[in-house]
Amino acid sequence: MNLAAEAGRKGAEVRSDCWFRIALTSSGGIQLNLNSKVKTMYGSAIEALIREGLTYFQIDHAIVEFEDSGALPFTIMARLETAVRRLGLEQPKQWLPEFKPFCQYPTSRERFRRSRLYLPGNEPKFMINAGIHKPDGIILDLEDSVAPQEKDAAQTLVRNALMQIDFYGAERMVRINQLPRGLDDLIFVIPYNVHVILIPKCESGDQVKAVEQQVERILAERGLKQEVYYMPIIESALGAIRAYEIATASPNIVALTIGLEDYTADIGTQRTLEGRESFWARSQVVNAARAAGIQPIDTVFSDVADMEGLRQSVLEAKALGFDGKGCIHPRQIPVIHEAFAPSPEEIEKAKKIVMAFESAQQNGLGVVALGSKMIDPPVVKRAQRTIRLAIDSGKLPENWQEGGENHG
Amino acid sequence: MVKNMVKNAAGRLVPTIVNDKPAIPYQGVGKYRPGGNKAAPPIVSCADYPADGNKVVPDLKTALIIAGIKDGMTISTHHHFRNGDLVANQVFDAAAEIGVRDLMWFPSASFPCHAPIIKHLDSGVVHHIEGSMNGPLGDYCSAGKMRGLGVLRSHGGRYQAIQDGEVHIDIAVIAAPTADPFGNANGLTGPSACGLLGFALADAQYADKVIVVTDNLVEFPCIPWQIHGNYVDHVVVMDKIGEPEKIVSGTTEITRSPDRLLIAELAAKFVKEAGILRDGFSFQAGAGGTTLAFAIFLKEMMKEMGIKARFVRGGSNQHLVQMLEEGLTDYILDGQTFDLEGVRSMRENPRHVNTSPFTSYNYHGKGNFASMVDVVVLGATEVDVNFNANVVTHSDGRLLHGIGGWQNCLFSKCTILPIPSFRDRIPVIVDEVTTLCGPGELIDVVVTERGIAINPLRQDLIEATKNSSLPIRPIDEIKKEVEEICGGKPAKPKLGDKIVAVVKWVDGTVLDSIYQVLD
Repeated sequence: MNLAAEAGRKGAEVRSDCWFRIALTSSGGIQLNLNSKVKTMYGSAIEALIREGLTYFQIDHAIVEFEDSGALPFTIMARLETAVRRLGLEQPKQWLPEFKPFCQYPTSRERFRRSRLYLPGNEPKFMINAGIHKPDGIILDLEDSVAPQEKDAAQTLVRNALMQIDFYGAERMVRINQLPRGLDDLIFVIPYNVHVILIPKCESGDQVKAVEQQVERILAERGLKQEVYYMPIIESALGAIRAYEIATASPNIVALTIGLEDYTADIGTQRTLEGRESFWARSQVVNAARAAGIQPIDTVFSDVADMEGLRQSVLEAKALGFDGKGCIHPRQIPVIHEAFAPSPEEIEKAKKIVMAFESAQQNGLGVVALGSKMIDPPVVKRAQRTIRLAIDSGKLPENWQEGGENHG
Repeated sequence: MVKNMVKNAAGRLVPTIVNDKPAIPYQGVGKYRPGGNKAAPPIVSCADYPADGNKVVPDLKTALIIAGIKDGMTISTHHHFRNGDLVANQVFDAAAEIGVRDLMWFPSASFPCHAPIIKHLDSGVVHHIEGSMNGPLGDYCSAGKMRGLGVLRSHGGRYQAIQDGEVHIDIAVIAAPTADPFGNANGLTGPSACGLLGFALADAQYADKVIVVTDNLVEFPCIPWQIHGNYVDHVVVMDKIGEPEKIVSGTTEITRSPDRLLIAELAAKFVKEAGILRDGFSFQAGAGGTTLAFAIFLKEMMKEMGIKARFVRGGSNQHLVQMLEEGLTDYILDGQTFDLEGVRSMRENPRHVNTSPFTSYNYHGKGNFASMVDVVVLGATEVDVNFNANVVTHSDGRLLHGIGGWQNCLFSKCTILPIPSFRDRIPVIVDEVTTLCGPGELIDVVVTERGIAINPLRQDLIEATKNSSLPIRPIDEIKKEVEEICGGKPAKPKLGDKIVAVVKWVDGTVLDSIYQVLD
């Protein structure tokens, strides 16, 4: 047990975060020094919240210093809990905010995963408005973007974000740490409607199974029935070699992706813009994913200033067979969606196939034909996906079969 | 301190006496009709001015003494250098040396660089300020330390107040990047070039005495003469009058925030979907990162659509200049240059035209340009559920910004406020604004990152965009969402009973009062 502990951040450059220092004392009750840039508007609400937390953690005597840079309640709660955990009291309890109804929407196995936006797990300011940029998925990252000494802080913050922030329909994803630490991360996040767990530096099917077992244990303990999906990340030569084994390790794997920074280091080279050094691995991921019937998703494009480079990179990924791309800045999202959108020619072809399929169904025909050519079911399925993608990208009106105009 | 308070047409309590002069409470948009004649400066004779045209005097202090500075006078300066002005502080330093007291400072705007005026307020050299108060001066006024009331006017309202005789300027000090000994002056050339001198026009026309201060004296004639030497009494030469690189202050850089860029993009899309974006249209984008980004999105859309604007209104900046040079607009009608590219363009391009608050904004004129603009985008610190907006105080009650041309621009055919729905934890969409600066009936659209709210008075805009993919929502729905995010309604600031400033409407009536902030 420690007599004093700190958590959070303070300073002129900090936004939407706060900082606590709790020094336990033997008497004198709670002495709270509250300093907040929103003191006029929320000072008394903040004080009430802090006192509620201290009561919850049964801290009766302490000097509590609090510096606030406009943190929302979920952040204040997470930072207080982290400070208390760092005191090393027995039985660290979780101090949970309300699990908001708008955080409880479902996902589906087949949904688009064109863009996934990485958010550093210990940075509240990026989380609050991430959903308004409409990425297909939002990744709250507990791994590489979090400093080693802040892993505990990120666990509570990400948990609270999952309970309180409206991501407006984006798929709710968490990248856990490498095992075994990642198994501990799952305890914090799994109960709060995580749709997809990203498993970093995945090198075997057994790693996926270990994650799956832990998830199932947590769900069973709480009597939760939801599906949790997995997206393993291939980041090494061994992982690339075993891509198919990994892709098929669990029926709940929905996508396979690749992280090129670590991969290129692992094969003893450097990442280039041209990407010749990673061509094999990327194709390997595409083929393993397709063979397993899941979505192949490309690596992150990390130059946030180069939108044309991003567009080219997405077009290349699409040509290689990928269905999605990682990103680290919200402005990358529309560029990715636009580049993954089907071309007018693709849309026209898909329309013909879907119309031929539907007319065959109406006429009770088992075989779909377009002109003199037979159309196989996977081609129909692909065409239906192209149509959905075209509608989602604003390239095709929803009522296209009724001759609707495109307003996109 | 202020006993005579009445409730005006906007339902706000306002004083009927402001700085010992009667003041008319706001009566509604377009309701107040003034009578009588305009103010006029005294008649002078050429016989009292040097026939060789040389009005140069040794220094600012001498000029003020010859101009007859004495206790209680009104001294005006201008903000063409924004936060890079070096003259206003020297005027009051000189006044302090001369030993006069109780001056009224009447700047077209003040900036953080004017914090040294606080010592003159403390010592009694300056009695009070009528003009925008930013930063340290705003805090000083909010704390109730100033003796008189601050009076906040729009750029157009300042012209109106001078023209109507509401404010009589005893001595106007005009910092001019280039001038000749006769007093002809412009902002286009010289080491401190800032573009134009439009904010000093009323001062030149109506002040009793006019002093031009320059760091680039040229031989007669100074061409072009944005300020006519025929208005000018004295010319002073000093080493440096301003730092033009500081014209580009914080509010004139494009935002990098993805949220603000999204807001700007949504605003531009709204303009397109509402049918406003068409060949020959016009727009104005105010200073501020989001509104600047709006102009850039608009520009891309205009290129895609193959259309151009007839005119755009400045504050000009490099992006507007690019539009002009790429043929995307026929003219820039510019009130102030926000960066050095704007200065260069105004100097070189006859289609980049300097305007003044008289042509653009004066409500007591025979029309003005503002109401002819198709769409304007402006910032705000708060908007309420009735679309009333605040641009001068923050939710904590502190006076932090000036009005600028903001109120005048509300008369555009479509006024859009692209603003975040909350800043840090502070809701921007509120039940009631802390200070009323713009009546809701003139504010048509509020664009936030969480949706677009259209004023129910604008059924035409609602109709035009109803089939679009834009996220259009009722304003109180956005407000409720924001309150949930921020953890409840914000508490009201603790304000004293003492009024520290008033906000004037464009017609000179009193729109609202600003109270002392306690603690």
